[in-house]
Amino acid sequence: MKSVRNHLSLVIALFTIVFTMQIYLAVDRTVNAYENNLNENYSIVVVTAKKMEPDALSDLDPMIKNAQEVSTAEVIEQFQSQMKQRHIDLLKLSLPHFYALHLNRFPTPSEVNDLHKRLQKSSDITRVEDFAQNHDTLYKLLLLFKSVVIIFAIAIFAVTSLLVLKEMRIWQLQHNERMSIMAMFGAPVWLRSAILFRLSIVDALIASVLAISTFSYASYLKVGEEQLRTIGIDVLLFDPFNDSTLIIGVALSLSIVLATLIVIGHKEEH
Amino acid sequence: MDKVIVAQDLTLAYNTDESIISKANFSVTSGEFVFITGASGSGKSTLLKSFYGAIKPDRGSLIVGGVEINSISSSKRNFLRRHIGIVFQDYKLIREWTIEKNVMLPLLINGYAKDVSDVQVEKLLNHVKLSHKMGKYPPELSGGEQQRVAMARALAHNPILILADEPTGNLDNYSSRLIWNLLEGANTQLKATVLVVTHNIPEELGVEYKHFNIEHGTIYEIC
Repeated sequence: MKSVRNHLSLVIALFTIVFTMQIYLAVDRTVNAYENNLNENYSIVVVTAKKMEPDALSDLDPMIKNAQEVSTAEVIEQFQSQMKQRHIDLLKLSLPHFYALHLNRFPTPSEVNDLHKRLQKSSDITRVEDFAQNHDTLYKLLLLFKSVVIIFAIAIFAVTSLLVLKEMRIWQLQHNERMSIMAMFGAPVWLRSAILFRLSIVDALIASVLAISTFSYASYLKVGEEQLRTIGIDVLLFDPFNDSTLIIGVALSLSIVLATLIVIGHKEEH
Repeated sequence: MDKVIVAQDLTLAYNTDESIISKANFSVTSGEFVFITGASGSGKSTLLKSFYGAIKPDRGSLIVGGVEINSISSSKRNFLRRHIGIVFQDYKLIREWTIEKNVMLPLLINGYAKDVSDVQVEKLLNHVKLSHKMGKYPPELSGGEQQRVAMARALAHNPILILADEPTGNLDNYSSRLIWNLLEGANTQLKATVLVVTHNIPEELGVEYKHFNIEHGTIYEIC
């Protein structure tokens, strides 16, 4: 019973760590997906006097992903009933060219500002509209969301680290006696520590299976994903193969580090 | 006859200012039964610990089973301990293991095959009259029974030297008698050298023995 309780303590501590890590990953993916959404909807508009190739505009700055000409046809169409064709043709000739520049990623306000300045230096560009005010509001919201997630992750990590440290101390006390007895009969270090490593690996695997099952079930029920889809964020919160591998890897590494620390911290009884 | 233990000007100390054993000269020959007596705190247990390399001499030299303890490395110490059987006053059994597994420990460390170990464990538990307790854990046994398990463990790998630190210190007369019989048997039948640290030498002992007494850090042989 005591042994089960001891196992449970480490399993719970490891489970909490991998659970928090997975939650952090899911939130991070959500933030990234949201950032991508924002980026897709955000573009800088430049005005040029003469027609330019979109590729030539893309080459102006490495931050620019692609450039797209904004058609003026719709605007001209509105005047079609009120103006003569001759005037419309004249208007077509005198209208400047508009291009929407899509960026590689969602920029920070200073990046927007710098890009604005760089674009204005080009002799072909007569005007740059970066919609800075709109961008800043969205960017601040995103920063707030990211900060909340980081604070949450740090708090959970701190609590679970304390749990693991406490568990490590208990294990150290528990296994010291056994390791000392084995040492008195000449057991080499690997043999003295073998049980410890076996137990910690078993506990890590139990914690991993529990975490993977929990997230797989949540993924099956589409918990979170449906709600996010309603606000326009389409994201995979749990990637069965990659995330399971990561969970097992982290749990095993942590438990092996834990067991190694116990073995290193072991002092032979005199 | 081979010398199992040779001490020359052996000085043992936990710190350099105060020595526990001072300039001791003695030897133990293979097959001997040796008692080390002395008052509490005289350094009996410290001396015993030096025999299995838990404490290194401060000065002088100590050779056990051909191994120089002064310069003993970790691997050499493990090697030495694999040829020694140790019995403690507080048994030092692994509580989470069954008594069979406890007895099997030296066999496991010495790399015995599983089937050989199983036979040896059964034989030993039979020898210490505990075969009916197989499958039990140390906390389920009485003190005397636990010490018999510890005796079986000490004998399991046919050691050249058996070290016993107050082996009957916590036991009643009946259990003490059983333990002395087992130590005598190890000496006479298995030809192991037995070295016992104790307060009192039992009155009836079926073997000839050598007796060292420790007083004020000095070791005297009592004839």
